[in-house]
Formats: sequence, C-alpha cells, structure tokens
Amino acid sequence: MRNEVKKVTTFDIISLVVGVILVFIALVAINAKKLMKAVLFLSGLSMLSVVAFVMMKAPDVAITEAVIGSGLVTALFVFTLLATKKKEETK
Amino acid sequence: MKLKNLLALFVALLLSLSIILALSNNTLFPSFGNVDLNDRVSGEYLDQTNIDDVGAANIVTAIVVAYRGFDTLGEVTVLFVSALGVALLLGSSAKQKRLELDFKPNFMLRVGSRALFGIILLVGLYIILHGHLTPGGGFPGGTMIASAILLLYLADDRFRAKIKGFKILEGVAGSLYVIIGLLGLLLATYFLQNFLPSGTLGDLLSAGIIPIIYILIGLKVGSEISGIIDNFLTEEESA
Repeated sequence: MRNEVKKVTTFDIISLVVGVILVFIALVAINAKKLMKAVLFLSGLSMLSVVAFVMMKAPDVAITEAVIGSGLVTALFVFTLLATKKKEETK
Repeated sequence: MKLKNLLALFVALLLSLSIILALSNNTLFPSFGNVDLNDRVSGEYLDQTNIDDVGAANIVTAIVVAYRGFDTLGEVTVLFVSALGVALLLGSSAKQKRLELDFKPNFMLRVGSRALFGIILLVGLYIILHGHLTPGGGFPGGTMIASAILLLYLADDRFRAKIKGFKILEGVAGSLYVIIGLLGLLLATYFLQNFLPSGTLGDLLSAGIIPIIYILIGLKVGSEISGIIDNFLTEEESA
C-alpha cells in the first residue's frame, strides 16, 4: 500500500463535482413524477457521463455514449411514450 | 415497518462500504492513472513494433478491428440477431403504415430537421472514415447515421425510409466483412489477417484493411438500426 500525500488538483475538484451532479440527476430521474421528465433527465445523465468519460481519457466510449445514450435511446423512449399515451386515451 | 427500513439502510451502507473498500487503491484496483501496464494484457498491444505493424493511429481501433477482428464479427452478429428478433416481433408481411402519434410536427421542426439531417449524416460518415485515426469508428458512426434517419421520422409524420434498400445494404456489408476475412485466409495465413500494406501512420489511406472493415461495419450498423427504428415506428394497416 502506498500512502503518499496527494495534492488536490483542479481535475480532482471537477471530477468530484461531475460525479456528485451525476448521482443527483440519477436520483431526480428516478423520482420524477412525469415519465417524460424522467426520460429527459436520463438524457441529461448520459450527456454528463460523456464529460466523465472524456475526463477518464476514454473518448471512444464518450462518443458512443453521446450517440446512443443521449440520442437514440432518448428518442426511442420519447416515441414509445407518445405512442402509449395515445392508446390510453382512446380506451 | 420502521425496523425493516432501518435494517435496509444498514445493509445498504454495509454493501457500499464493502464496495468502496474493495475498489480503493489495492493491488487489483490501483487508483486512476497508477496502473502498471506490464501486469496487464494491454501492455503487449501498446508495444511500439505492434503499433507500427498495424498502422492505426487510434489504438482502440487497432485492438477492436485488427487484434480482435473475429470478436467484432461476433459483435456485429449479436446486433444482427437482435435486429432479427425485433423484426420477428414487430414486423409482418402485411402492408405497414406509420404509427399514429399524439404529436404533429410543425413547419419549423420539419424544415430544421431537414437541414440538420445532412450535417448529422456527414458527421457520422466522417467518424466512420476516420475510425483508424480519431476516436469513434463503425459502431458510433453507424448509430449516428441511424439517428439522422430517426430525425427524419420525427420531423415528418408520413415519412418512411426505403427499408428494402437498407436490408440489402445490411446483407451486402455483412457478407463483405466475412469475404474480407476469408481473403485474409487465402492471401495470408489466418482469418481476417491484414493483407494490404499498412502505409504511413496517420494517413487517411493507411492501416490496411481496418478502414474498409470499419466502413462495412458502419454501413451495417446504420442500416440495421434504421430498420429497427422503422419497425418500432410502423404498425399494420387496419381498415
């Protein structure tokens, strides 16, 4: 075990802030009353995790997350929500 | 009831503490940036002679397409099987029409999406073409193409892509991937071996078969996910 005293850098502070906001947005997404809001918070969560991936020096994963997580999956969720609402109203 | 909640809190805290202790700076999980690469498999791939051999400036692409090309073929197959499953569940031979959504796109959205479509498509193609030089590659680029198609679906409630063409493109790209692998078997020694010259590191036309395979993967992924989107957003025409 190495026990060196590490200096706190700006990078550490930024990654801490990003991590805390990530957890916060995840909790908000779970607790959101409207499903549409939950989906949008999930999209924001993906967008912020892109920042986290870039800070962890994984740009490949960041690009994939940006496209799939906050683009495609969000759009599919939104379409599904729009489609299901329609069915409920006609019943 | 209260006791149950307290017990749940206690268990959650205990589990999180054990996870933190397990992941904090020990021999298996060193802290960020302090990994000794000689202990890991990746050290071998990051060897300078290996990098010159493959000729891809982006080492992730070198691992995904060159060293682990066969695994990537399996990955593409997994995506194909899932697209097949969606088509089996949602598609049918009867005449399909667009799903009626509780949402009518207005003029601004229609025109703006048409303008954005070209830009997104271009960025997707750029990411696919530069897969061996910059981060990204066939999978994100193909998904970007599919999201451009999705934008068109969003903007126009009567729009339908020519899904037959996508299916043909998908089949051709997937077969060409296997054919290139078999060419490696014929011209060189093993399946999916690089039989083209590696070229200079960092050129657009370098790294042998990596750009070709990534273009094929990009086309296949893009057309596959576009097909899935079309399956999701259409329904059988009822009288």
